[in-house]
Parts: sequence; structure tokens; C-alpha cells
Amino acid sequence: MSTDSHGVSVRIDGCGKTFADGTRALDPATLDIARGETLVLLGPSGCGKTTMLRIIAGLELPDPGGKVLFDGKDVTSVPIERRNIGMVFQSYALFPNMTVADNIGYGLKIRGVARDERAARVAELVALTNITGLENRRIDQLSGGQRQRVALARAVAIRPGILLLDEPLTALDAALRDRLRSELNRLLRALGITTIYVTHDQAEAMELGDRIVVMRKGGIAQIGTPREIYFAPRNRFVAEFVGAANIVEAPMEKGELILPGGRLPVGGETTAANATVMIRPESIRVVEPGAGSLAGVIDTVSFIGDRQRLVVSGASAKPLNVDAANTIQAKAGDRIGLTVPPEALRILPSED
Amino acid sequence: MSQKSFVWFCLLPLVVVTTAFFLLPMGRLVVAGAEGPHGLAGYLAILTEPRYRATLINTVLLAAATTIVTLIVATIAGMFLQRHRFPGRSVLIAMLTFPLAFPGVVVGFMIILLAGRQGLIGDLSNRLLGEKLVFAYSIYGLFLGYLYFSIPRVILTIMAAVQKLDVSLEEAARSLGAGPWAVQRDVVLPALAPAFVASGAIAFATAMGAFGTAFTLATNIDVLPMLIYTEFTLAANFATSAALSVGLGLITWLILALARSFSGSAVAAAG
Repeated sequence: MSTDSHGVSVRIDGCGKTFADGTRALDPATLDIARGETLVLLGPSGCGKTTMLRIIAGLELPDPGGKVLFDGKDVTSVPIERRNIGMVFQSYALFPNMTVADNIGYGLKIRGVARDERAARVAELVALTNITGLENRRIDQLSGGQRQRVALARAVAIRPGILLLDEPLTALDAALRDRLRSELNRLLRALGITTIYVTHDQAEAMELGDRIVVMRKGGIAQIGTPREIYFAPRNRFVAEFVGAANIVEAPMEKGELILPGGRLPVGGETTAANATVMIRPESIRVVEPGAGSLAGVIDTVSFIGDRQRLVVSGASAKPLNVDAANTIQAKAGDRIGLTVPPEALRILPSED
Repeated sequence: MSQKSFVWFCLLPLVVVTTAFFLLPMGRLVVAGAEGPHGLAGYLAILTEPRYRATLINTVLLAAATTIVTLIVATIAGMFLQRHRFPGRSVLIAMLTFPLAFPGVVVGFMIILLAGRQGLIGDLSNRLLGEKLVFAYSIYGLFLGYLYFSIPRVILTIMAAVQKLDVSLEEAARSLGAGPWAVQRDVVLPALAPAFVASGAIAFATAMGAFGTAFTLATNIDVLPMLIYTEFTLAANFATSAALSVGLGLITWLILALARSFSGSAVAAAG
């Protein structure tokens, strides 16, 4: 599989996109993607992530001034068919008039690869993507998961320098999505191609991404590794979009947050009179009533299996989400104490 | 009234109309075709009599040529019109589909204005080449008329089909390295195949049976509908004209069925 390690590095230099009707889909953005890296563009719909992917693919031209570079070479004006990229579409876009094998081999056929060599490469990919036995099926005879595999096999058959995936798992049901996600992860690591992956699903982004670019309203909200994005979100949007988060806005005094249920020490030095902080539900610990820095009453208990989610009121102005161990005996109406380690508090810049 | 008898009751008008205006006249026509001096052999005459056979071949060739050229012109135009927005686009579409309402007579009239003895092309060629180019009254004039007649019908179907094309299929083909021609050949045309069959069938059947244009241009163009007309009204040869009519219907149906089964696999795959 080492023969497949032929990724290129990508640089997007000041690429914005304004459509003909004046809509600004993407603010000028600059981004470097290392050879072999998997970069995830994460954001809600309409945030510009697909536009950025299409600019890298060559399906959209960036506004004047923007440049796309592959391995340092300017490819801005090179059409998609000569960029040597592999692309997986959300709808898979498999050719209905061709068999599975013909779909996978199409890019090689266009490149004039001899029949025998083509067949060998198709067989290799069929095995790699676990679709053995489906080679001669028509596309409408495949299930969603099988189509996804064929689309991926077709995209990597041409040994692309970059693999671009546009929400490749969104069309599948949840259980299948989880399974294919880890399968996809294994495959991407094995192939070692530079990969750019667009999704609105933060779980996908966390598992697949070496780095995540969180996008919002045509701009980049934060770039970082999954851990950085999760533990050190730069603003409220990122904190709330990635994972579950309690956002607490409260006055400060002597380095402590003053909350209805008690005082919460904040790490570091802050002199501001007010603060907005993020607390992940799993970083709050449930203790005996009276113990801990906060007191509250359980509103609801949702047993999820591996843990239970409590909604606690009275501790903060808004109810707090708390993830407790699944062994704790808790029911609605119980008075409890809460402790939050100072390092679990993340102060966010106050904003709009 | 039970559900079943209600359905039958609703179908009654259809049964009456079909029987009265389709089955009975058709049956009478088939019988009349065999009532000539040669009996059932009158039908064979369509194929054995040289004049009839030549006319038949002529008609089929003309209809086939019309269908093919119409499809080519309408596909290119339809694709362009559906995919591009430019000033005057709606006017152009209106103009292209305007002839939908014209009867064959008007189409024939327009062909004469264009390529007749006093026509535009004649005038132009006279001035440029010193020779008057007149082809309105021949099979070429008829061909042009049929094109004019068929293009609006086909172009609307093609435009609707182009609108339904999945653009990501074309983008996928391009991402795999396919240039514009390869994308057309491997993705767009296969996806449009059902529309080609449907609208091509209409163009072909119309060209096989059209009469008004031929009648307007000349009375001696060798196409089947004209032959039926002359046999019927001028020669009062009811048996032959009935046999020719049935033959015209059968042959058209047969060719369309062949075309459909031939392209069937492609259509099924693209569907």
C-alpha cells in the first residue's frame, strides 16, 4: 500500500468566493495542508465549507487574488480534470449506465490505462473496500453503504494527489455511519493521501481529522487538532458546535465566578467584572449535598448507557448539563453538590 | 355500488369512444384493404409493387433522417438553452417552440417562402451565383419542413431531461479526468437516452404520417401519405389506399418497437 503514498501539499492563499448574485459564500481564507494530512472542514450548512472544497477541487474559481497551490505550484487556473484529485460526492454520483467495476475503472480508462492493468487495479480496490462479488452489479442494485464504498474506490483508483470528500457519510443511517466512519479512518491512514473532508458532524471530524477547521458564516472560526478544538475552543460558537458545552455567563469577584449555587474558582488571572466560561458536562463531578463548590437540584436524569446525563438547576443561572457515572443513584428532585476543577473552566471572549 | 363495478362504470365512456371511433373504423379499414381485386394480396402489393415499395422506402428514409437531424439539433440547442442564462433567452425559446401551433400547411407555406421560386434562398443565390436555387417542391423542401415541424416538439422534451440531469455526475467524471467530449459521451448522452427515445419516436411517427406540408409543397412528392391521398381521391382506389394506410401504421409501429427494444438496455441502465 506504500505505493499509494503520493499525496501533495495544498496551500489556499487568500481564496474567497462571491457568487454572481453578490452572495459572499467564503471570506478570503488562507490555509496550509501538509502532505498526507487529513484536514476536516467542519461547520453548519451554509458556512462555506463546501465552497472551499470546490475551490480546491477546481469546480469553483476563487475571487480574483485567491490562489490554490499544489506542492507549491499554482493550479488556480487548471481545470478539475487535470488536477489529479479524487472526489467523493455526498450523493456519490456513481454512473448509472456502468457496472461497479466500470465505475471504479473509469478514471483509468480515461487515462488510457491498458485493460489488464485496469482490471488488476480494480480488483485491488474492490478487495480494499470490501465489495468483492459486486463487480458486475448495476449501481441501482447496491445499498447505500455499498455505493459509498464504490464511490471511494473510484476516487482513489486514479492514485490522486488529494482526496476530497464532501459529506460522504451523511446519506447513511446512524449505525452504518459509525461503522463506515472507522472503516474510512483505517483506509485513509493506509492510503496516506492528503485528504480534505467536509462534514457537519463533529464526531466524524474528531475521529477522522488530524486537524479540524471549524467554519462559520463563510469564515474560519478556529483551526486546530481535535483536542485543541475540544478543550480550548477559541469562542462560544466553536465551544457549542463541537461537543456538548455549558456556557455560563456570570459576574466575577476575586478570581471566582459568582453563581446562584455558590462560587466557582477560575484558574489563571482574570480581573474582568464579568466572564463567559465553558464547562464540558463530563468535567463536572457530582458529590454529596453540601460538599463541593456548587449546590443544585436535579431536574431530569437521562440514562444513556455508558453514562447518565443530569440536568441540574439552581447551580447556575441556566440549568447545567452534567455527565455522571452510570452507577450513581440519582433521581429528579435530589439535592446534590457539584465540583468543577479550575482547569476544566475555559474562559471565552465575550462577544455578540 | 362496489369498488370494482364503480371502476368499470368509469371506464364505460372510454370503451364506447374506443369502440366507436377507433376499433370499428380500424376494423373496417383492415377489411377494406382486402376487398380489392387481389383480395388479401392487396396488402402484399405494398412490398411487391415497385412504385409503392419505392415510396415506402423513401418515406422511411425521410422520417429517419428527420428524426436523426432533429435530435442532433434539438439536443445541442436544448442543452445550451437549459444551461445558460442570457438576455433574450426566453424570447428565443418562445420562437423555437412557436411552430408547435402551426399546421402542416403553414409550415409548407413557409418553406415555399424560403426556398420556392420567389423564395429568399433563390433570390440570394441568383444574385451571388447567377443561378436560382429552388428546392421547396422536392423531398429536400419536405425534409426542411419536417425539421421545422419536429424541432419544437423534441426540444422541449430534451430541455426537461437536461434540467433533471444530476450535475454531480458530470463533476465526478471531470474529477476522474474526463474532458468535455468524454463527459458528453459517457455521462450526459446515456442519461438523456430515455428522452431521445421518447421524443425521437414522436418525431419519427409525425414525419411518417405528415400530410399537410407535403400537400402544400407539391402533389407529386413520393411519400406514403401523399400516395394514399392520390389513390383515395384521384384514383378512387379504396382497397389500395386502405391497405397502404394499414401498412403505414404497422410499419411505423414496427420500426418504433425495434428502436425501443434496441435502445432498451441503454434506457434501463440509465433509468
